[in-house]
This record gives sequence, structure tokens and C-alpha cells, in this order.
Amino acid sequence: MSSIANAGAARIVQEIAATIVENKAWLSEIDGKIGDGDHGINMAKGFGRASDRIDPAGTLTDAMQTLSDVLMSEIGGSMGPLYGMMFSDMADSLGTAERIDASGFGAMLRAGLDGVQDIGAAKPGDKTLLDALVPAVTTFEEQTAAGASFADALAAMRKAADAGRDSTLDMVAKIGRSARLGDRSRGVLDAGASSCALILAGFAKGIASRLESA
Amino acid sequence: MQRFFNNPDDIVDETVAGFVRAHRDMVKLAPDNNRVVMSNWAGTPGRVGIVTGGGSGHEPAFIGYTGRNMCDAVAVGELFSSPTAKTFHDAIRAADGGAGVAVLYGNYAGDNMNVKMARKMAAKDGIAVETVVANDDVCSAPLDEREKRRGVAGEIFMWKVGAATAAQGADLAGVIAAAQKAIDNCRSVGVGLGPCTLPAVGHPNFQIEPGKMEVGIGHHGEPGARVEDLGSANQVADDMVKIVLDDHDLPEGTEVAVLVSGLGATPINELYVLYDRMERQIEARGLKVWRPYVGNYFTSLDMVGATLTVMALDEQLKAALDLDCTCPGF
Repeated sequence: MSSIANAGAARIVQEIAATIVENKAWLSEIDGKIGDGDHGINMAKGFGRASDRIDPAGTLTDAMQTLSDVLMSEIGGSMGPLYGMMFSDMADSLGTAERIDASGFGAMLRAGLDGVQDIGAAKPGDKTLLDALVPAVTTFEEQTAAGASFADALAAMRKAADAGRDSTLDMVAKIGRSARLGDRSRGVLDAGASSCALILAGFAKGIASRLESA
Repeated sequence: MQRFFNNPDDIVDETVAGFVRAHRDMVKLAPDNNRVVMSNWAGTPGRVGIVTGGGSGHEPAFIGYTGRNMCDAVAVGELFSSPTAKTFHDAIRAADGGAGVAVLYGNYAGDNMNVKMARKMAAKDGIAVETVVANDDVCSAPLDEREKRRGVAGEIFMWKVGAATAAQGADLAGVIAAAQKAIDNCRSVGVGLGPCTLPAVGHPNFQIEPGKMEVGIGHHGEPGARVEDLGSANQVADDMVKIVLDDHDLPEGTEVAVLVSGLGATPINELYVLYDRMERQIEARGLKVWRPYVGNYFTSLDMVGATLTVMALDEQLKAALDLDCTCPGF
């Protein structure tokens, strides 16, 4: 069974943060088409600040908790509480585990999804980050249940997140700022689903590159 | 983009700093959070505290409605972005005078989530918190889905009525009931003629073609629900009055308060041009304008456009509007 060490995996969060910062303009641009255009700015601010405060030698648990604290206490908006709860519940799920294997990561993803659904009111199909997160989590669970390796399950998760993000293109927003546009929200990717797919891709890449066979 | 700013990331902090400096006779920063503006009269023992909050860029809303017999504490968010749960919580603490706190805010996904979390935090402090969620914007959802409508300039009447009711000595339930009645009696519509720009983004959020207007535009530059040819001021005024009053269905002879606000970049004289026609149209439909308010009460950065809010009145609401108050925005 392959796994990664929790200690030192804080860098994965910093890598995710770097990706978010790199995509700041793109995220704001898609948000601006049907929202208010601040998604990339606020995400880059929160993830960037958290990255500066994370000890790269620390655990993934601590890094996700730091990120959550910054999002919840300094960023606000919708993404602050949504991603704040997601990372906080993911950190709680990992806890003091020394190693993270497929089952531990699967439980962490599920806890994150539950956290988002607890604080928010969206359902899949509403054109939100759930449209990337839900298929990613269920795909990962199905793959590992079917006996796929951790690496293969991660790759499948990433693909499912991207496909989920792309599926928001044809959706009509049902919640959040763009919901008031009705049919005019069609034809644009959802900014939350887009940032969520970036985060999930970051987990997949960061973990896959650190996997060790036990 | 021709705008006054230093580092765009510092705009909100600098706005709040300048605001409390300019209005120190009425407001101050909370001791432990520079995103909470509190009234110099906040925390009066035995009086229900009034809290609101929201994204910045709407000045004088939200901070301008902090003061004596108005909001006790206001949570300040980034431009067009909800304040954090922590900031709402700190505002609740700042406003608490031992009789509970009414959080009166607008219906936006971020504010709903952050207030929900702040309320849980305040419960741990033993502070009773109740909320009223403003949903006066007619074009943002049909009437039978009013709970989906966003809150706009009607929030000002909600704050005024809630705060006056607290000042008159009502308990938390009484304050909540009065604020709820105020917003239930409000209907608003916005018309946008030009988009707005977040300084950190640097370009407009959306475009409005020359000769067109967005009817039902949101307070954050959300594009409107429909795009129409821009008519004369009288045609626009007629359209706005019709949208609001068709939704309202008020009995003949009802007295109303009317609030016309610019969205930031519309010259104030044009608001009076609109108002001149609006009042006559409202009275032609059998209503009586008891009190008008015209000016930049609730803006959206540099958006070109205006909003109309009509609140149906009764004796209780008239008395609440009449109660003396001191705040920078009203």
C-alpha cells in the first residue's frame, strides 16, 4: 500500500496556493462574467497569506488548519466560509495520522465535502464548487473500492474534478450571486468549481509525486 | 481607470481609517478589530444592539449608518465581499448591551454563511442574537420566491426602523418584528447605465452597450435581469415606479417613504430629475409620499445608475422614521 508522510506534506498546500495565485487573473475574469469579479483576488489573497505562514516542514494537517484560519478570519465572502470549513474538516479528519494512504485521503475528502455542504445551501447541479467536488470525491471512493492504486485513484479524481468543472459551462446558476441571472449565467464556467478543480489537481499532483510504497 | 488609491489591497483599511477619523464625533473602531466600526453610543446597557455588515464599496452604506439611534456596530468586508464570521462576531460583541443583538443584513450567500457562523460564536458568549434578512430587490426573483431576493437600499429603512425601535425600549423580539415589518413593506429596483470597476481588477465587470440600460441591476455590478433601450429620464422613472408598485399592490391612500439613491457615478442632479417624475407617478397611482429621500445613500463604487425604494408606512413605521438619530449617512 502506498502512502505519503503527513510531516513535510505542508508543502502540498503551498504548491496549491502557488497555483491559485498564478490563476488569480483567470479566476477573476470568469467570475466577472457572471459574478462580481473578485474570486481570483480573494482566493489569491487568502491562499497567498496562508502560504507565507505555513511551515513547509510541517504536516498537511497543520497547513490545512492554517489555511482554514486565514480564510475564515481574514477573507470572508462566500469562499472564506466554504473553503474554510472544507479545509478545517479535512484537517480534523487527518488529525495526527503519521501517514496518509488512500483510505485516509478518501476520508479526508469526504469530510471536506460534508463541511462544505453543512455550511452552504447548494446542491450538485446548482453551478457551484460542488459540481467539481462531488464527482471528484465519489470517483475517488469508487476507484479505491474497486481496487485501484492510490496513484490511479488520484488521477481519476483529478479527471472527474476537471470534467465536473467543465460541466458547469452549460449549467444555469441556482445559488449565489450569479443565480439572479437565470439563463444568462449559461455559457460561462463557475469560478468556484474552477478554483476547486485547481485545488483537487494540486492534491493529486502533490500526493502522487510523494508516494512511497510500504 | 482614473481612480484614487494606493495599494488596491489596502483600500478597505484606508477607507475605514479615513471614515472613523472624519466622523470621530459619532463612530470609532472596535478595540480588537479594525474591520468593525462602532457607534460612540454602542453597548448602552439594557438596550437591544443593532448590527449590520456587508461588503465595502457601497458607501455611505454600511458604515455610514452607524451612530446614535442607528446601528451600534457594522462589520466591514472587502470590496463587494462579505465580512468574515469573526468580524460579524466582533461586531455583535461590540453592540451588546445585555439585551440581545439584532443582526439586520442583506440576502447574499456569503453574508448568510458568515452571519450563521457568527451567531454560533456569539451563542458561546451568551449573547442572544436574532436576524432579519433584507430581500427588497424586486427583479432578483419572483414575488412567490421572495426569500431568494437580494437586499438593497431598503436595508436603510430596515436599520432605521430597527434601531429606532430599540431606542424606544423594545425587547429583542420587538426590534426584530419591527425591522421585519419594515423590510416586508419595502420594494426596490435598480437601473444601471454603466458598469463599475474594482480597482484591483482594473477593468469593468461587465459592459453596457451605448444606448442600453440594465433593469434590475445588482448592487455589486451583477448584470441586470433584462437589457432595454435607454429611454428619457421620464421613461426610466415611469418604468422603475411601475416595477416597484406592480409588485407592491398597495391600497389607495397608502402613505409611503421613497428613497432614490445614486449608484456612485450618476450626478446627483439627475436623481432629482428622476424624483420629480417619480413622485408624480407614485401619487398618480393613489399613494401619498409621506417622506422622500434623494441622494447617494447606497452606492456601488463607480456604477452609473439609480435605485428606487418604496416603503409602505403605518403609524409605527412613521414614528420610527421620525425618531431623531445621528449618523454620517442619513
